Amino acid sequence: MKKSFRLEGLGCANCAAKMEKAINELDGVKEATVNFMTTKMVIEAEDEKMTEIIAASEKIIKKIEPDVTIKKA
Amino acid sequence: MTYMKKRLWKIIIGGIVFAVAIVNPINITWLKVTLFLISYIIVGSDVVIRAVKNIIRGNVFDENFLMSIATIGAFLIGEFPEGVAVMVFYQVGELFQSYAVAQSRKSIADLMDIRPDYANVKKGEELVRMDPDEVQVGDIIVIKAGERIPLDSKVIEGNSTIDTSALTGESIPREIEVGSDLLSGCININGVITAEVMKEFGESTVSKILDLVENASSKKSKSEQFITKFARYYTPIVVIIAAILAIIPPLVIPGAIFSDWIHRALTFLVVSCPCALVISIPLSFFGGIGGASRKGILVKGSNYMEALAQAEIIVFDKTGTLTKGVFNVQEIHPEGISKEELLEVTAYAESFSNHPISISLKRAFGKDIDNQRITKVEEIAGHGVSAAVDGRKVLAGNSKLMEKMNIAYYKGELIGTVVHVAIENQYVGYIVIADEVKEDSAQAIRDLKAANIKQIIMLTGDSRNVGVKVADELGLDQVYAELLPADKVKIMEELFSQKSKKGKLAYVGDGINDAPVLALADIGIAMGGLGSDAAIEAADIVIMTDEPSKIAMAMKIAKKTLKIASQNTVFAIGIKVIVLILSALGYASMWAAVFADVGVTVLAVINSFRALHVENI
Repeated sequence: MKKSFRLEGLGCANCAAKMEKAINELDGVKEATVNFMTTKMVIEAEDEKMTEIIAASEKIIKKIEPDVTIKKA
Repeated sequence: MTYMKKRLWKIIIGGIVFAVAIVNPINITWLKVTLFLISYIIVGSDVVIRAVKNIIRGNVFDENFLMSIATIGAFLIGEFPEGVAVMVFYQVGELFQSYAVAQSRKSIADLMDIRPDYANVKKGEELVRMDPDEVQVGDIIVIKAGERIPLDSKVIEGNSTIDTSALTGESIPREIEVGSDLLSGCININGVITAEVMKEFGESTVSKILDLVENASSKKSKSEQFITKFARYYTPIVVIIAAILAIIPPLVIPGAIFSDWIHRALTFLVVSCPCALVISIPLSFFGGIGGASRKGILVKGSNYMEALAQAEIIVFDKTGTLTKGVFNVQEIHPEGISKEELLEVTAYAESFSNHPISISLKRAFGKDIDNQRITKVEEIAGHGVSAAVDGRKVLAGNSKLMEKMNIAYYKGELIGTVVHVAIENQYVGYIVIADEVKEDSAQAIRDLKAANIKQIIMLTGDSRNVGVKVADELGLDQVYAELLPADKVKIMEELFSQKSKKGKLAYVGDGINDAPVLALADIGIAMGGLGSDAAIEAADIVIMTDEPSKIAMAMKIAKKTLKIASQNTVFAIGIKVIVLILSALGYASMWAAVFADVGVTVLAVINSFRALHVENI
């Protein structure tokens, strides 16, 4: 399953790279990309783990850049 | 007040207090220090607060932390003006950077502003404005003059001209009438059109293109991968060196002063953020991909952009790529039966195929095909077709088919595609069908040669005569003719061994029946992607129009993009390394370090903007 999100307020490119790396290391994630320029995040993951993964990703994002709000795209 | 303006005011007010602190004639230390502190708090408090918050969250080594350490450190060793100045510069740079990023996000958004906002859906007699997402297949929509076509649909009423430039980069408007296919994203120029929706929004052309361009950056180029890796190690290494610099030399070198070396170490910290690189390289690629899409060239990933710039061998399919793929029956040569009968039998035998040749036969025949007269249709790949027409076994195909079936056939020289026909294994004559070379094919080949492509090769399933004629006309280096689909794969493998290690091999086809070859090539390029899902799926790069000259244009865009990306890499790393060395030796002030940090980022972002502009390429 693939889900995409908008990360509003994404301000630092290095942070986007850090988020991408951390989310990719989550269990069950096939591929995750955080695009700094389009502020779009796409997560491809196993269906059953998707909810957990999204919650975990949200934590990661908030930890790296607290001002970002995550919206469904 | 917007966030940006608030930041600007903070810098201005803080800057004024800072200036007062410097020029202030009253030379009382505590007053000066207080003024410096006040200006520092106005300008930099948010940075320090963010740094503290991030440390609590377990997030050390971010920019805020490094800046706070550097400036507070400057305060502690008594360098008050420098501490404040660095913070002011840092904030100004950050503001510039945010502005530049916001601008480039905006221009990218503008570039992709082909998304239709609404659809006028006919409900009974009324027109209802709906979100294109909610419109269903079979709904009737009305597109007025000046409106964007919201969904892929078919005209059922009205004539107009439409502007396809958003999808194709083609400036000449296209005429449409009842029965024409409309692609979402195009703009209706004059008349009112009523159309039936053929595809849901998610499946419509505009969604596919947007998706493709937006997600293109997930396939990263080598330079992006390098930067990501570099960034991961760069900051910790610089921080460690800074720590060593602050402690070791004062202990080892006689006469060295602690505060001097701490000052050098702090300068180091200022340069330790890799942001310039991390922003500007992906931005260059993104700009290039966005700019290319404006020209009707869809690139599915930065890695393909990179590969295209390194292309060495380009292999073209003939039909539909270098030639128009519109075949016309040129000659009907029956043996023992009438011309009409030969054409009829052949058209019937080929009627189940969608190959351009069968289409041209059907067109020449001109009458409706009665499906009940045909049975036992069997396509023999690379050879032709066998079918029972009115109960008689008809073989129609190339000379190889005749050889295979042991049928004597006309072996004279013929230019064009020849369909030999036999009824009940008895030869009844041949039909010659010919295709035309596209107007811009010759130019395309010339441009590619000028772009240093070493070999341009054509593959075709067509006869040797036709292949050689086209190859000579266009000035190709080599031609392989009379190929079966499996042969094409074999030749590709051979060509792979001919290219240099770094060089890339591109294959250009129509994406319809050459998917395996497209997949095999380093870069699979499909032509005429507009409206063809198969081509969009199969290829790495899709040329929306039918023009092979776009390939040379795509190469130019790719080369320019790569050049900008490497300029940024060299520039950003170069400046940082120089400033690092100078500050270690004690020659660079913190001011220079701030420039190396934010100044370089801003310049690199501005440079990568250039990749977006492809108008004059």
